[in-house]
Amino acid sequence: MVLRIATAGSVDDGKSTLIGRLLHDTKTVFEDQLSAVEKASTRYGDGSLNLALLTDGLRAEREQGITIDVAYRYFATPKRTFVVADTPGHAQYTRNMVTGASASDVAIVLVDARNGLTEQTRRHLFVASLLGVKLVILAVNKMDLVDFDEATYHRIVAEATAHADALPAPVVLNPLPISALLGDNVVDASTNMPWFKGLPLLDLLETIEVPGDHNVGARLAVQWVIRPYSTEHHDYRGFAGRLTGGSLAIGDLIRVLPGGQQSTVIGIDRGGVPQDTAQPGEAISIQLADDIDIGRGDVLVAAVASESPIVTDRIIADISWMVDKPLETGSRWIIKHQTRTAKAFVSAIELRHDVATATRSPAESLGLNDLGRVHLNVSVPLVIDNYDRHRPGGAAVLIDEATGMTCAALMIRDSE
Amino acid sequence: MTMIDSGTQATPAEIKQSVAELEDEAITIIREVAAECRNPVLLFSGGKDSAVLLHLAAKAFRPGSLPFPVMHVDTGHNFDEVIVYRDILVEQYGVKLIVASVQESIDSGRAVEETGPRPSRNRLQSVTLLDAIAEHKFDAAFGGGRRDEDKARAKERILSFRDHFGQWEPRAQRPEPWNMLNAKIRPGEHLRAFPLSNWTELDIWRYIGIENVALPSIYFSHRRTVVERNGMLLSVGGPVVLEAGEMPFEEIVRYRTVGDASCTGAVRSMASNVDEVLVEVAAARITERGATRADDNFSDSAMEDRKREGYF
Ligand SMILES: Nc1nc2c(ncn2[C@@H]2O[C@H](COP(=O)(O)OP(=O)(O)O)[C@@H](O)[C@H]2O)c(=O)[nH]1
Ligand SMILES: [Mg+2]
Repeated sequence: MVLRIATAGSVDDGKSTLIGRLLHDTKTVFEDQLSAVEKASTRYGDGSLNLALLTDGLRAEREQGITIDVAYRYFATPKRTFVVADTPGHAQYTRNMVTGASASDVAIVLVDARNGLTEQTRRHLFVASLLGVKLVILAVNKMDLVDFDEATYHRIVAEATAHADALPAPVVLNPLPISALLGDNVVDASTNMPWFKGLPLLDLLETIEVPGDHNVGARLAVQWVIRPYSTEHHDYRGFAGRLTGGSLAIGDLIRVLPGGQQSTVIGIDRGGVPQDTAQPGEAISIQLADDIDIGRGDVLVAAVASESPIVTDRIIADISWMVDKPLETGSRWIIKHQTRTAKAFVSAIELRHDVATATRSPAESLGLNDLGRVHLNVSVPLVIDNYDRHRPGGAAVLIDEATGMTCAALMIRDSE
Repeated sequence: MTMIDSGTQATPAEIKQSVAELEDEAITIIREVAAECRNPVLLFSGGKDSAVLLHLAAKAFRPGSLPFPVMHVDTGHNFDEVIVYRDILVEQYGVKLIVASVQESIDSGRAVEETGPRPSRNRLQSVTLLDAIAEHKFDAAFGGGRRDEDKARAKERILSFRDHFGQWEPRAQRPEPWNMLNAKIRPGEHLRAFPLSNWTELDIWRYIGIENVALPSIYFSHRRTVVERNGMLLSVGGPVVLEAGEMPFEEIVRYRTVGDASCTGAVRSMASNVDEVLVEVAAARITERGATRADDNFSDSAMEDRKREGYF
């Protein structure tokens, strides 16, 4: 199935060049795109083909030679289909790295072999841990600039591994040495580094196994109630949403949360076509045996679930703060959790995560790009799961009522 | 992005599954925007992407009907087949159609026709589109844009914010962690929603094949009188005016995209059905816009510039 990849690492470590190299060497780049990049390489550089321009597509990015916002690219090999999010490395764009990592199976964290780990590398490893990215590849890049030296590579891998082991949720690293510029160990195995016995990056991406999601039992957050009002479908009421957590079948007993009523599934439609069962990820609508008051924001859960969600208006969550305006104790925001939108009050800031040292410190407020842990009082009860157990039930965002801006990503850990 | 697909050993079942996943994602987006926005509209050009979009939107609410209208921004530079097709489709789906006319924007002085020998109305569409959004007080417009179409589109959010002036500011986009959509806006601002963000040209054609989505006939091979201009085959008649020294000729062609007829090129093709088009798309070495849109080849940032002004 599709593998979702996000890049990470400091600015100039070679993320965009690596993605460009992957696209180029898998022959994914169309002729007109390549000639446009050749032209732009002359305009914005010394004329040698700059593969980073394949993803750095905005004018400002090309003028400044940096990545400002996430670019999404798609490519396929005979073995797999890939979606790549190329993210910016600047600290000021950390929110874009969080965004890229949130929806990916694999994070490729790049390190410049000359510099070793930087604060940004540590930050990104921390983010990968906090967001529960399932697989992390550590790509030690620019090996051509350190004479493809084996000792340098091992020193960096050891340093990164020590950091990854010390993270609150330890991250397993899959390391490899590469040169994104020259292509060593990207698609083809490097002839310059015979000492490296592992797979080149593309082979690794093609074969790496993504751990499956926990089966917590079926959950469906209601997005929309389908009521045709036609004579043919007079009594039809379909509760539409995306199934997560586990499969569902006609005849299953479900519970409506937060209300608590029970009923039986008597119909499942996917795109208007009836089916007997549904799998996680499917956009469906379901009909119930009983006439219960159910609306957008309510969650239908399997009555016999392996893990039950918690209904609560007090949550504890790790947070990535994404705007200039600080987050302070006592401040109010809009919270969007699944299909429910409500008001949230910051009752406490428990701590700030110090990303460089992977330690915690007390905090009065959180600023742009800070990672921390907060306690929130919500205006209505939410149906939550622990983020690590069931992501859709544990993820939320905060929105600024005044500006409409998305200010934070929340990973819910518990109820208060 | 998918030329290697002919080499993928994907089985029909795997292809069906991957397209079904894209459908699930798109339907989820469509329902979410419909629920969060007060007055959305679906932009319908008559092209293949908007045909797929309309098909998905109808499925999202079945057996109910589509809870929002459809709007065509009409450049006046149309292919006749596309208008015929549009009207049949509107009838079939039973949706409400709004036509926003670029000609009317020109007549009222809101937009000024490009001068020079080859005026295109592609850019003018932004004026008409933004005026229509304001007039009908739409707070969200669904578009068929895909990230694989262009390097500026590759940077676009699924739910993309537009300020009072209808402008896109790529540096100030709202983060979308876990693809959670934030539809909060203030009066005068609006959103563009792109449910097909993660689809490639090949995915679109596979879906058209699997779901039997009807398309205008010009997407399949036919005989047409064309003229070659800057390596592009433009249909003679309609808005394209022959210039000195240009010799029209007959060719078997089809269209890979449908846009303003003055600047949308045809490609030589014998593909007369979806299966044959799929083979062709999988082997293509030029992007669909590169092959068929004269206006995108004017400058390297043509799409970004138009998008900043409020384009689709
Ligand atoms: N020598 C060498 N230079 C590289 C390598 N990878 C990237 N670069 C250069 O490093 C600079 C920054 O690369 P870029 O891909 O924009 O980095 P990003 O900020 O991480 O996306 C560019 O000048 C690249 O050409 C490499 O493997 N070797
Ligand atoms: Mg970059």
